Amino acid sequence: MGTMTEQHASDKLPDARGHFGPYGGRFVSETLMHPLEELEAAYRRYRNDPDFLAELNEDLTHFVGRPSPLYLAERWSRETGGARIWLKREDLNHTGAHKVNNTVGQILLARRMGKTRIIAETGAGQHGVATATVAARQGLECVVYMGASDIQRQSPNVFRMRLLGAEVVAVESGSRTLKDALNEAMRDWVANVDDTFYVIGTVAGPAPYPEMVRDFQCVIGHEARRQIQERAGCLPDALVACVGGGSNAIGLFHPFLEDEAVAMYGVEAAGDGIETGRHSAPLGAGRPGILHGNRTYLMEDDDGQIIETHSISAGLDYPGVGPEHAWLRDAGRATYVGVTDEQAITAFHHLCRTEGIIPALESAHALAYAQQLAATMRPDQNIIVNLSGRGDKDIQTIAEREGITL
Amino acid sequence: MSRISIRMQELRDGGRSALVPYIMAGDPDVDQTVALMHAMVEAGVDMIELGVPFSDPMADGPVIQKAAERALAGGMNLRRVLGIVQQFRREDARTPVVLMGYLNPVERMGYEAFAEAAAGAGVDGVLTVDLPPEEADTFTRLLRTAGMDPIFLLSPTTTETRMRAVCEAASGFVYYVSLKGVTGAASLDMDDVARRVAAIRAVTDLPVGVGFGISDAPTAARMAAVADAVVVGSALVRRMEEHAGDPVQMRDAVTALLAQMRQAMDSSEGRNGPEATPAGAPGG
Repeated sequence: MGTMTEQHASDKLPDARGHFGPYGGRFVSETLMHPLEELEAAYRRYRNDPDFLAELNEDLTHFVGRPSPLYLAERWSRETGGARIWLKREDLNHTGAHKVNNTVGQILLARRMGKTRIIAETGAGQHGVATATVAARQGLECVVYMGASDIQRQSPNVFRMRLLGAEVVAVESGSRTLKDALNEAMRDWVANVDDTFYVIGTVAGPAPYPEMVRDFQCVIGHEARRQIQERAGCLPDALVACVGGGSNAIGLFHPFLEDEAVAMYGVEAAGDGIETGRHSAPLGAGRPGILHGNRTYLMEDDDGQIIETHSISAGLDYPGVGPEHAWLRDAGRATYVGVTDEQAITAFHHLCRTEGIIPALESAHALAYAQQLAATMRPDQNIIVNLSGRGDKDIQTIAEREGITL
Repeated sequence: MSRISIRMQELRDGGRSALVPYIMAGDPDVDQTVALMHAMVEAGVDMIELGVPFSDPMADGPVIQKAAERALAGGMNLRRVLGIVQQFRREDARTPVVLMGYLNPVERMGYEAFAEAAAGAGVDGVLTVDLPPEEADTFTRLLRTAGMDPIFLLSPTTTETRMRAVCEAASGFVYYVSLKGVTGAASLDMDDVARRVAAIRAVTDLPVGVGFGISDAPTAARMAAVADAVVVGSALVRRMEEHAGDPVQMRDAVTALLAQMRQAMDSSEGRNGPEATPAGAPGG
């Protein structure tokens, strides 16, 4: 199976300094500059190293369970009406989401660099679980930073991480959510750069993270591109994926960037509705600024302070977004839309009942938009939705919202 | 010459090192910040670093994070910080003021608008922690044009190649972060700091300030023996937090520590003057 060995012309971005047009870059304190240069050098070396790639592919095949199926959701498509909708089943990966594609890659790199300690931030806990999982398998110490308020709403994932031997540190500063966990992980890294590797979970952060995480996630799009051609005999008409930081979306989109006829839709969390201000849609309603080491679209106030976001899905509850998405938005190559909590929940239930698949609430945002889109298309057209994770982690949230005590 | 360069030259001529306190603007409010700035000057400081609060202070430890949260809760923003400097300048035209903060509030205001407003308010230097020289060309040029010094950090992880690039982008002084960690961390290795400062002096004539982890008078004195400026932040901010709600006690706690540091720095043997041993020799 091919992963990072498949190169496309669109790999020309970012530039040598990690810029995607005006976005990206490396905006960190001086102490982290050299460690990032070292990380970049190691990544450049190993991304083309046959032994590294062989070990990565071995792990993706036998530990993660790749390739993930591309499943034609026939009944759901029929009830929706319009185009045929295919689901890229990242929910079937080990640990139940796309996050593990990246943690396998980064932790292999960490081992090559001689690092003995792994740290990560997590929001919903999916990236934390994926990191703790791979760290356990590789016998590395693992510390996961998680906002105190996320710890409360995602307690099963906290317990999972602890079962896997990770230390979960509750972050009490700021809004006590994902952005604060990222701040705290950065602070840990500054103090422990010699032996510690920071596994960032999305395509944000300072260069080289947006590029490196993208490359590790591109296995999604490379597989999907091959699978749809085998199954449908053509390229898809549209791709749809949810966007928090944007790693599952970029993983699906990137291998199709040169296929001009393939439309791409990134779905942000519109929360209670963009007009209420209670949402997590920086591309739809934010402005460019600097946060967490890169320039990108942010949710901020008039003074440049980062503001609190809202989404029913903890994994989309982030005030920034990967810089490559900012670039694709401005370039017009991808379109970014919003889906509310309510719309996502409707799509969540619909998929459960028509296909026997419980999707993650994050992925349910993509499903909801795919339905809107399909209805405007012909039955001979094809949409691929990235089903980025499974929804077992969300049943408590759904139950609570519907007044059910489990 | 900028107000910073003039002050650093005066100190160098006098064989003394600068004592530079850091406090968070607007913690607890505008009037107390201005009053505290004047009180610190009376206590013998040579330059003031004024923190600009940001919602996501990635390079700061818990003490300064909480100060930023208090300031933001009180309605502080970048424009009001400039207002504080302007108010301070009405009575003090000599003490240099350096703003220290993060890039996003400056981005929001716009680089040009900020440079103009900051210079107009009487700001002398700007240190944006998350803006390395690689990304700073435009900003640095605008600051210089407006007569202000761009201050940059050097750290224990900075390579010699980077050190040269950073010193080329900087003016006024360079700021050596004396440990791997966030503000307010413990465990300084004094010999290591001395070696690193010597290495910095080998590539630049700019004055070298040292900060992070300096919390008491003996440490300040030992730092003064190797550095041109000693920055103390979290130790002061922690005292302010302890005496929150009592402006007089707060002021006394802050100025008492600074006066101790001043005295220890000035009476310390082997301090960093024109006749001192080659720069970087460990002293104190």
